This record gives sequence, C-alpha cells and structure tokens, in this order.
Amino acid sequence: MSQVLPSPARPTSRAFDVLEFLSRYGTLIALVLLIVFNLIFTRNFATWQTLNVNLTQVCTIVIVAVGMTMVIATGGIDLSVGSIMAIAGALAPMIFLGTLFPVGNIYLGVTLAIGIAVLVATLLGLFNGWLIAQFRIQPIVATLVLFIAGRGIAQVLTNGNLQVFKVPEFQWIGLGRPLGIPVQVIMMVIIVIAAAWMLRRTGFGRRILATGGNEKAAELSGIAVKRVKLAVYAISGFCAGLAGLVVIAINSASDANLVGLGMELDAIAAVAVGGTLLTGGKATIIGTLLGALTIQLVRYTLLANGVPDAAALVVKAAIIILAVWLQQQGRVR
Amino acid sequence: MTSGIDYRTLLARYGVILALVALIVFGWLRYENFLGLFNVMSVLRYNSMFALVALGMCFVIMTGGIDLSVGSTAALGSVAAALASPYGILPGAAAGIGVGLIVGMMNGVLVTRMAIMPFIATLATMLAASGTALLMANNQSVSVSYESGFVALGQGNLWVLPIPAIIAALAYLLGSLVLNFTSTGRSILAVGGGEDASRLMGLRTDAIKFLVYVVSGGLAGLAGVILAAQFGAGQPIEGVGWELFAIASVVVGGTLLTGGSGSVGTTLAGVLLLGILFNVLNFENGKGWISLSAYWQSVIRGVFLLAVVTLQARFVGARASEPAGR
Repeated sequence: MSQVLPSPARPTSRAFDVLEFLSRYGTLIALVLLIVFNLIFTRNFATWQTLNVNLTQVCTIVIVAVGMTMVIATGGIDLSVGSIMAIAGALAPMIFLGTLFPVGNIYLGVTLAIGIAVLVATLLGLFNGWLIAQFRIQPIVATLVLFIAGRGIAQVLTNGNLQVFKVPEFQWIGLGRPLGIPVQVIMMVIIVIAAAWMLRRTGFGRRILATGGNEKAAELSGIAVKRVKLAVYAISGFCAGLAGLVVIAINSASDANLVGLGMELDAIAAVAVGGTLLTGGKATIIGTLLGALTIQLVRYTLLANGVPDAAALVVKAAIIILAVWLQQQGRVR
Repeated sequence: MTSGIDYRTLLARYGVILALVALIVFGWLRYENFLGLFNVMSVLRYNSMFALVALGMCFVIMTGGIDLSVGSTAALGSVAAALASPYGILPGAAAGIGVGLIVGMMNGVLVTRMAIMPFIATLATMLAASGTALLMANNQSVSVSYESGFVALGQGNLWVLPIPAIIAALAYLLGSLVLNFTSTGRSILAVGGGEDASRLMGLRTDAIKFLVYVVSGGLAGLAGVILAAQFGAGQPIEGVGWELFAIASVVVGGTLLTGGSGSVGTTLAGVLLLGILFNVLNFENGKGWISLSAYWQSVIRGVFLLAVVTLQARFVGARASEPAGR
C-alpha cells in the first residue's frame, strides 16, 4: 500500500506525516470543520435547540455503539442490537401498562418495566455470547440468529400492534430535562465515561483488548477468554435494551416493526469511523462518540441546508469509506 | 477441497438437502395441494429473487468476504429497471443488471485496491445504493410499463414454469459449472482457503475478489429486475434485510463463512428450505389447528438458523473454528 500512495511528507522528515496525522485526528478534525461550517452557513446553528436536537438524536446510537465497541474490541460483531432494542421496547410498555400482569403502583410498574426489559436484553446478549464462546460459532452468524428471530419475538409479543402510552413517570428517561439537560444525554455521558474508564484502566478492559488482539495468546496467558466474550455481548445487550427504552420514551409509543431498525449498521459505522479496529485488539470509546457525532452532524448539516435525506445517505457512505481508509493509511507505515 | 472429507463434513454439507426433502415430504403428507402445480410454482416464482441474491453471496463468502450491499442493490436495480421498462424487456433488464454491476465494481475496488474490510466496504455501498435508489425514484415506488412486456420477466410463464425461476435455475447451473469445472472456480476456493498462499502460488487474488463482487452485484441487480417485474413497480425501500437472509441461506446450505469451501447446490437448498418453511406455516394456519401470525415466520427462521449453526458447530467442530489449513 505504501508504494502505491507516496506520502507528501516522506522525503523531508518522519516528524510530520499528513496521512498519519489525519488517520489519528481525522474524525476530530472533521467534527470541528463541520461545526465551523455550520456556524458560518447554517442559520440558528449556535442555539440550545440545535444542540438538543442533535444530542437527543445521537444518544441512542452512541449508547448502542459503546456496547458494540466492546464487542468489536474482542474481534466480534453484534448484529442483534436493533432486534434487542425492539424486544426491550415491546416488553416495557406491556409491564407498566399492566397488560402482562396487573401492577398497582405506577412507580413500581415503571421500575419493574425498566428492570425487566433491561434484564431480558442483557440475557439475550448473554445468549449471543454463549453461542459464540461455547459453540465457537462465528459472531456474525451467531448474532444473525437473534437479528432474524428477535424482531419476530417483539412482533409476536405485541401482535404487531403499536403500543401508545402517556406515562410521564416512564417517559422521564426520554423527555426529562434536569438542569435543562436531557436525561438521555446524561445517561449517554455516564455510559461513555464508564466504558472509556473500564476499557483503559481496568483489568477487564485489558482482557478485552488482549482477547481481540490475539485470542490464542490471551488464552495461553491465562485469560478466561470465554468469560470475556460472555461479558462483552451481555454489555452490548444491556446497552441495546437501554437504548430501546429511550427510543420508545421519546416517541410515546412502541412499534415493534420500527424500534431499532437498522441500528446495528449505524452503531458499526460509528465504531468504524471512530477508529476502532474491526479486527479487534484496539478500541476507543471516545473515538466511537466522535464517530457517532460526526455522522449525525453530517446528516444534520445536509438536511439543514436543503439536501434530501437520500443524498445524505450517499455522503454518509463516502465518510465511512474515507475514515476507514485514512485509518488504514496511518496503520500501514 | 477433496481430500480429507469425512462423514461429518458430508452431513454438515448435505444435511440441508435431507432437511429439505423431509420438509417437503412432511408438507406433501399433511396438506392437500402442497405439491400442487400452483403452490409449487408460486413458491419458486417468489423465491427466485432470493435465490439469485444468495448465489452471489455464496461466491463472495467462498472467497472469505461478505456482501452487505445486495439488498440495497436489488432495490436500486428494481428502480433502474422500472425507469427503463417503457423501452422494452431488454433495456429494462440491462438497466437493472447494469446498476448492479456498477455497485459490484465499486465493492470490488474498495475491497481490493483500497484494502477496506468487505464488511465495512459493502456496508457503505449499501447505504450509497439505498440513497441513490431513493433519489432516482424520488422517494416513491416507480410504476413499471405494462405495454412493453417487461412484466413477463417476473410474472410470465414458459410452458408452466415461471420465467424468474428459469432465470434463477440457469444462473445456478452456470454458477455450479464455473465453480466445479473451471480454473476460476478453483481459484475462488483457493483465495478463500488462504489468500497469501494463493498469491504466492501466482493466482491473481485481487482479480478474483473483484470478480466475485461484480458477480454478486450483477445478480442482485437481476433480482431487482425480477422484483420490479413481479410486483409491477420499482421499489426503492425493498430489499431491507435481504443481505442477512442471503447469508442465512448460505450458512444453512453448509458453506462456512470463513471461506475456502462451499457449494452452489446446497445454497439453493438453503434458500428453498427457508422459503418453504414460510409456505408450510401458511398451510398450517390454513388447517386451522393453530393460528400463527406472519410474525412467527421470522421467529421460526431464526430458531431454524440457530439449530443449523449449533449442529454445524457440533459436527464440524474444531475444523470450523480453525480456518487455516483447509
């Protein structure tokens, strides 16, 4: 590769290499450029409302993408996140509306709803991990099972019907604004910080990266690779469940056909643009956050300037390719 | 590929055909008209689109790659075909296949020249193809011209055989011949078995990888042509999830996702198995004993995929987890 693309900076010194620089900070630079562009050209960009719109839209993607980053760090992939969101989104209203079993107190109902929905999501993630760790099924195939069956389960649970509700106690997780900040943004920030800390500073984080870097070596050095895999898929399921609840809380409705549809691809795109190696062994949570923000802001910029959503898809595709390609250029040398 | 095949590998590979036969016998014994001409032909007609997409996917997977763009490409192909359908059958088909080939070439360039992982490269082209389809169709479905005879490609019959099924059958025949009797076919398997080794042996690995993505794109475009002809409209938002259904068919057909081995025939069996499963569900509902909504279709397919992959993991065991050396 390096012969094909001579670097402009090569002859003089190794101190500064444009491609290397772009591959490391490209996402951040793109984000800054987008913000500057919008400040100049997009009307009403520097307002709380714009910030709120973008952050609330990107929240669920970031939450799912954090779990996805952990999975990808072990060299795996999780296609089932969208379907798990749909299941969590289908279960919760059935519990707090009392259709599944009678619940007297609404606070008890909401607590149970959130608790059970997230627990089920986590268990489904654990099931993915079990298939992958125990049966040694390739992650893409193992999670394909729940991708296909999961949405069906959500549809069967609700009989394909839209569940509409108006329960402020529950919808607080999507609509609440303590100190003017949306609750889900706070949730996102906490999850991102916790995950970044875990991946960088804890033994568990190092075991994740070791598993993704070289599974055999990790196993030989005494790491319980199976347990690591179980854990990351459970975390991914947990994050997906939480995101599913946020989505239905915002919408005041749960549609099993639509909740989380295509989320796996958005999350994977955010992870890839953020600079996490898709082969595992290297991961960055902050990168994933930046990746998701960049993709979101590109879409917003295009829409706010009158470019149709369909064209925004094409641009999104180009950005994913460009980001991944640049990262590879940095890695080759 | 030939040496060292034991009964376990055989069962993993041909188990799908046994399952298919068993399901057909079950349906034949249990339901009237299950093997009736009408039912058989409509199952074949409807599943021919999926069969074409799965065939392309099968070739890509045999090289160790994956193609997530096939669903969007089919949607794009259906729109292009519908737009060109007033000019006749051939222009319509050529337009659909043509855009598919273009998407396939883009995939090929991204995977070979730019060395981007197939998963990410085809994820991006999936988004791009979907966006292009929506732009071309102006966000709505595009009616097909009925005067030009284009719809025959989806709705027509040759004697009693549905034309789309004939097209799919010819594609599989050709695919099987190429895979089993040409050097290209052997090269495809060699690349999937070990890319570096293949390159050292003098195979043009990049050219072969480029080729399979182009074939996959072209077949997806062709599936789009049939989609447009069958339903009388180019549909920019169809094709969602087709790629994963195609992957499921290939996996059920016993082809390992690690590449280097695979069979065209069992992939077809995988497509038919998943398709007939849905058909059986419809018949079962018709009997009135149970009443399962259409939503159960995906649950049952998922459970079925689960059964197949766990069995495969059991039988093929250590071999599947160690792709090297095959």
